[in-house]
Amino acid sequence: MEPILKARGLYKRYGKVTALNNCDFELYPGEILAVIGDNGAGKSTLIKAISGAVQPDEGHIWLEGNEIAFKTPIEARAAGIETVYQTLAMSPALSIADNMFMGRELRKPGIMGSVFRKLDRARMEAFARQKLNDLGLMTIQNINQAVETLSGGQRQGVAVARAAAFGSKVVILDEPTAALGVKESRRVLELIRDVRSRGIPIILISHNMPHVFEVADRIHIHRLGSRLCVIKPQDYSMSDAVAFMTGAKLPEGVTEAA
Amino acid sequence: MTNDAKSVSSTYEAGLKGATEAVAEFHEDTGALKKLQHWLHQTPSAVPLIVLIVALVIFGFLSENFFKATTLSTILQQIAIVGILGCAQSLVILTAGIDLSVGAIAVFSSVLMGQATFRYGVPAELAIAIGLALGTAMGAVNGVLIAKLKLPPFIVTLGTWQILLASNFIFSRNETIRSSDISAQAPALQLWGGSIQPGGVKILYAVFLMIALVAVMAYVLRHTAWGRHVYATGDDPQAAELAGVPTQKVLIQVYALAGLFCAIAGWVMIGRFGSVSPTASTGQLGNIQSITAVVIGGISLFGGRGSIVGMFFGALIVGVFEMGLRLVGTDPQWTFFLIGALIIFAVAVDQWIRKVSG
Repeated sequence: MEPILKARGLYKRYGKVTALNNCDFELYPGEILAVIGDNGAGKSTLIKAISGAVQPDEGHIWLEGNEIAFKTPIEARAAGIETVYQTLAMSPALSIADNMFMGRELRKPGIMGSVFRKLDRARMEAFARQKLNDLGLMTIQNINQAVETLSGGQRQGVAVARAAAFGSKVVILDEPTAALGVKESRRVLELIRDVRSRGIPIILISHNMPHVFEVADRIHIHRLGSRLCVIKPQDYSMSDAVAFMTGAKLPEGVTEAA
Repeated sequence: MTNDAKSVSSTYEAGLKGATEAVAEFHEDTGALKKLQHWLHQTPSAVPLIVLIVALVIFGFLSENFFKATTLSTILQQIAIVGILGCAQSLVILTAGIDLSVGAIAVFSSVLMGQATFRYGVPAELAIAIGLALGTAMGAVNGVLIAKLKLPPFIVTLGTWQILLASNFIFSRNETIRSSDISAQAPALQLWGGSIQPGGVKILYAVFLMIALVAVMAYVLRHTAWGRHVYATGDDPQAAELAGVPTQKVLIQVYALAGLFCAIAGWVMIGRFGSVSPTASTGQLGNIQSITAVVIGGISLFGGRGSIVGMFFGALIVGVFEMGLRLVGTDPQWTFFLIGALIIFAVAVDQWIRKVSG
């Protein structure tokens, strides 16, 4: 099977620090790929290189076999790669519906839309309500309430719903459960499975080993700026994975280059 | 080995059994004060509207001349220029910026329109177009310095305020163009000084223009994607950028549009005062007056909150205080005293409303 997203030989240097050191990456259609690694291993630089927030110094990335070189996250989004950032990237004073459609608003049909540029609030609100319903988040009563009046879990839910609604090729989730309670984390994990069941592959960056081992089909272990190995959660234990990513142990057939 | 993961998950999540299924429910606050806070949060122009109504009622009691059509039309006439400058200032402050150069752009634009006609013999209509274009360009310069060079708006516009005002004096050679010359040779410059007089009450065209501009901008900010982007840019620029808002472009457009509004205000000044004067007090006071209207109108200086209709109410409050206190016959300094108190009150209310999420 051809990977939907493939990277080869990525390098990214910040002064004397090499954040990406000849890094490879593959994501296959319909899978949940977890990316784990120690702090400073370069996971977020890798993810940013894929989502267009960072431009690698060297190397190539292909989406569905076509080479891509995004200059901004907006370009990546236009290509169908949707990212939920750790900061969530939402405007606190604006409504849930406004936030879901930020940068891709719907306009009214006909002259009101084309000449007077009027937003189609009814359509956007209905869509937003539908997506939050899918997520089981409709205890949020008013789709027009400002995002800052929501709890942390609700905000995360809105951000994930936004990515799931618009991510047509790949959805990237950066630490989606880090700020959540046990129940809310469970909902997000269920949502991740929902998104996969619709055939959209997911890249999940997380430090939470139980969550990673529970939902991931494959685990990309990142160490010292490049991919150390990719394992299947059935074949290894969580402690093995932690040992690999911290360098305490090497997987079979891998010799540490750095 | 897969049991490893499952068993850990099931161990600590076993405690969830019997817990409620709802996630992060939204609790409606029942306290009256909390409700008020929420309502104000969603209706930012309500506070200035309430203050305005209270002020109207109080002055109505204090002075029997207050509720006369001529008094009210005079108030509108006197806030016309501040109201238009306030449109410019509102846009800028919504992006969490500030524009100290609004008055300077207005005066310089009016001088450019006048001198183009009288010194260079350009037809008045074309001179107006040139003035509007140059005002827009001055605003765009502010925008580029702020968006591209990432300079603080306060510093940039503090600089351009002085630069534009000085250029205005140098270019105009301190010459005033007399009202009689303008009405004889270039009446188009005085267009907004014209009026309709239903039942003997004079209403300047300038008043209609101000109301129209406020209405158009209220629509644009509320009902177009661009308007939402202005709010998002002021609210949290990093988040807006990641969500797909071209924040640099939005900022430059906002400052350029503010420049256009200032130039329109400059054109209105010619109609309102008759003459073209490089020493018009708007050059020095326009920024403070417009910021006052914006702040009293409930637009947050931290960006992203408030409505331009609130700014209109803010400008009206200032006009009502000035007129009302004059009719009552107090020392005019009380006007400034009360306006000062209102500014502090408005910012305190803004801070309280912001805590709605806390």
